[in-house]
Amino acid sequence: MIGAMHYVILSLILFVLGVIGLMVRRNFITVLMSLELIFNAANLNLIAFSDRLGNLSGQIMAIFIITVAAAEAAIGLGLIIALERLKRTVNLDDANEMRG
Amino acid sequence: MAFLSAHFVAIVFYVLAVLAVAGGVGVITFKNPVHSALSLLGTFLAVAGLFVLRHAEFLAAVQLLVYAGGIMVLFLFVIMLVNVKRVSPESAFLSRRAPLAVIGGVVLGALIAFGVLAGSLGRRGGGAAALQTVQGHVVGNTEAIGWMLYRHFLVPFEIVSVVLLVAMIGAIIFGRKDAGLEGRGGRMEP
Amino acid sequence: MKFYNLIWLIPLFPLAGAAINGLISNRMGLKKSFTHTVALIGSGLAWLWGWTAIIQWMADLGTHHTVIVTLYQWISGGTLKIFGGKLAQATVSASFQLDSASAVMVGFVTFVGFLIHIYSIGYMHDEEDRPYARYFSYLNLFMFSMLILVLGANLPVMFVGWEGVGLCSYLLIGFYFEKNWCASAGMKAFITNRIGDFGFILGIFLTFMVFGSTEFVKIFPVAAAHPQQYASWATIIGLLLFVGAMGKSAQIPLYVWLPDAMAGPTPVSALIHAATMVTAGVYMVVRCNVLFRIGPVAMLVVAIVGGVTAFYAATIGMAQNDIKKVLAYSTVSQLGYMFLGAGVGAFVAAIFHVVTHAFFKALLFLGSGSVIHACSGNQDMRKMGGLRKVMPTTYWTFMAATLAISGIFPFAGFFSKDEILGKAFAAGKSNLNGFGWVYYILWFLGIAAAFITAFYMFRLVYMTFHGEFRGTEEEKHHLHESPWTMRFPLQVLGVLSIIGGLIGIPKLMSGHAKWNLIERFLDPVILPIGVGAGHAEAAVEVTRHAVSPGLEWLLLALSLSIAIAGILVARSFYYGERAFEKPRRFTERHPLLYKVVLNKYYVDEIYQATVINGVVKLARILWEFDARVIDGIVNGVRHVTVGTSFVSAIFDLKIIDGLVNLVATIYDRASHYFRRLQVGFAEGYAMVMVLGAAALLAIYIIF
Repeated sequence: MIGAMHYVILSLILFVLGVIGLMVRRNFITVLMSLELIFNAANLNLIAFSDRLGNLSGQIMAIFIITVAAAEAAIGLGLIIALERLKRTVNLDDANEMRG
Repeated sequence: MAFLSAHFVAIVFYVLAVLAVAGGVGVITFKNPVHSALSLLGTFLAVAGLFVLRHAEFLAAVQLLVYAGGIMVLFLFVIMLVNVKRVSPESAFLSRRAPLAVIGGVVLGALIAFGVLAGSLGRRGGGAAALQTVQGHVVGNTEAIGWMLYRHFLVPFEIVSVVLLVAMIGAIIFGRKDAGLEGRGGRMEP
Repeated sequence: MKFYNLIWLIPLFPLAGAAINGLISNRMGLKKSFTHTVALIGSGLAWLWGWTAIIQWMADLGTHHTVIVTLYQWISGGTLKIFGGKLAQATVSASFQLDSASAVMVGFVTFVGFLIHIYSIGYMHDEEDRPYARYFSYLNLFMFSMLILVLGANLPVMFVGWEGVGLCSYLLIGFYFEKNWCASAGMKAFITNRIGDFGFILGIFLTFMVFGSTEFVKIFPVAAAHPQQYASWATIIGLLLFVGAMGKSAQIPLYVWLPDAMAGPTPVSALIHAATMVTAGVYMVVRCNVLFRIGPVAMLVVAIVGGVTAFYAATIGMAQNDIKKVLAYSTVSQLGYMFLGAGVGAFVAAIFHVVTHAFFKALLFLGSGSVIHACSGNQDMRKMGGLRKVMPTTYWTFMAATLAISGIFPFAGFFSKDEILGKAFAAGKSNLNGFGWVYYILWFLGIAAAFITAFYMFRLVYMTFHGEFRGTEEEKHHLHESPWTMRFPLQVLGVLSIIGGLIGIPKLMSGHAKWNLIERFLDPVILPIGVGAGHAEAAVEVTRHAVSPGLEWLLLALSLSIAIAGILVARSFYYGERAFEKPRRFTERHPLLYKVVLNKYYVDEIYQATVINGVVKLARILWEFDARVIDGIVNGVRHVTVGTSFVSAIFDLKIIDGLVNLVATIYDRASHYFRRLQVGFAEGYAMVMVLGAAALLAIYIIF
């Protein structure tokens, strides 16, 4: 029987993959994709618990997360375009103006 | 066949779960961003299938439309636009601290797993009906979400639309050619 | 429509005119024709409305009926405890009263005011557009205030008008405020009046404390019904109110502002400082006649101040060379007559003299304005002369007014002045309130003042209109008769100066009391003092019958011959071939007397030496105190502060700054190491964030 626990573990795996991607990749575009992975992991969790608790609010929350993810992707990709135009690169470690 | 029919849901879950994880691994391991994007698409589709398994048919549709249809296209457009070949040398697609990052991520996941899974999460039935019911009538998931969204969450719903608008304007401004990002002098183009 | 129920509208017409001219015409510099049309409509409507209301009131209700129109409750002060332990509602309503006294005042104030508005059009036509609008705005505002004053049904409302006319007087005296002395004259008038107003307002408070009300219709009948009970309070209230009247009506010792008030434009002198505002004090005393009648000491003070002022101001008038100054002292003197009348119980005669004086003194001022206008602004009579031929209208109307003020039969002044003098003599003869001898002296002063009045008025006429012109050739060339807007008011007032006295023909001449119209008209104002009255009422009654007809004829002849004697002396001094010879010899023989009178008895100098220098000296003492004591304390505090601050500076430098520098040093050193954390790579930050989250989770799980 597949319960909420399965979903939690799956979501956890996706989350960890997303976090690792966030840290290891130099390409800004792939970093954004990793972020989308994390969002999906969160959504999976919400859906699973919504079903388990018999409460629709979880799904509503997932809708809002998808919306915010869309907004984030739009902004992030806009930033990528701007970065590319400015530095001729999409590598994050080339944008190190803040180095102390 | 008996095994299949008895464990249909479990089989579908495991298939989709493996697909999703494989997609995720692909995202962070493929050198080429186009390949990463395509494996992310696989994850999105698998997650949409998992939504259906959990009685979230409307969300599954949204997942397909927004992620697979919208965001993914956006990613691919940007990848084409910035000419990945030139800007991303194959040799150094990973950060210099990649091993440390993987260890850190795994440790974090282990800690979360330890914290969350320490408690038992047994199955409580009757969820499916509740997700499709409005005031005692079974009306289907989409209509139920509609009721919920436009009754109880109307204000957040409207606010989120403003968030989207702001994001749209922001993205347009970042993407403009004369965004003032080139050079400190604020070069103006006609 | 019952106009007398809408009397509150009478002041509002000129107020609207003042608002339009003051807020719009003045700001925008609109044309003069617009400005004076608005002003004329404002004052003209007040005149028509006022007269219509009075006529309708007389026809419908009769003069014995008092109309009171209450607009709203103005002051609501709750319940207060008054004298005698009683409780009274401290409420004042904005209410207006039409009775015979206010009717007389409204009647001539609106009429004379309207005439002077017409005159001003001609007189002020050389002004710029904006000062012109300002002038008419003030003039209309004055009409508003004056009408509030005379129509007020209680003391506070009257006081509003009282202050309003004071304000307008100040504004108009200082109309040419670019000139320093004009501005000072305005301030002098205002400050002198404040002393009087202080008395007035104390009188209002005391009235409330004694009677529990300030409404005329409530306090006077009460006071009249219980003359013994209220006698002492009435005396004090009367004296306080009279202090106000002394300021406003320029009586000794507060008269000093009125001669200086001639700094304003001449029509203003005519309207405010001759015809209307300065008579407000007389009006108020007559309005409150009940209080004065039951408080005989107050009445005596009124009579003494009035009689002495009449004589005193007249003597100053003899030696002045400024045409307007002569008229100013004449006004002070005539106001003295009015108070003398009020002080001897001849309240009707006082109001009668107010009315006739308004006609002839306004005319005199307007005539002098016409003369000044012709002489290019020169006011010195020594540089005039011979104007009779150039300006006949001005001359003849001026002559009518001069005869009226001198008390020549049958001009207006004769009747009113003789009524007052006759009553004063009667008061002496009947030993009014036991002060008979005082009243005899006052009567004598009045007679003497009449002689002097005739003298200085004809001196003025001879110096101005007769003989040869003594100014420069250029001025002589400029001489001209005034435009019709100035001549018309002169003519109207001239006629009134001749026949105005006929409203008060004494019983002695006509043989019947019914022909003394003003006495019959004003009779309701003089409330009968109640049953069980004291000697005050008895004495007032006695004055009416104390003098036999034969004696009365004799007094009449005496005052007439005195006036003629004054004219003849003036003629011998200032007319004909040997003009100015006698006065020159006289001044040579009595240089000291002449000098004292010429310098107005040095009263301004005395005030300067006593009051003003006293205030200055007090200020200087306070300044010394300030410089020595206060500054000493301040300096001492300074030294203490310097000492302690030296100590605290050391503490500050060594310990506080040491701590601050220590902290800074720590951060300086530490930053050397910590700055390496800022790697500047986004994935570096992400890694640190993940490690932080992991650490926090580990802590959460472990503990």
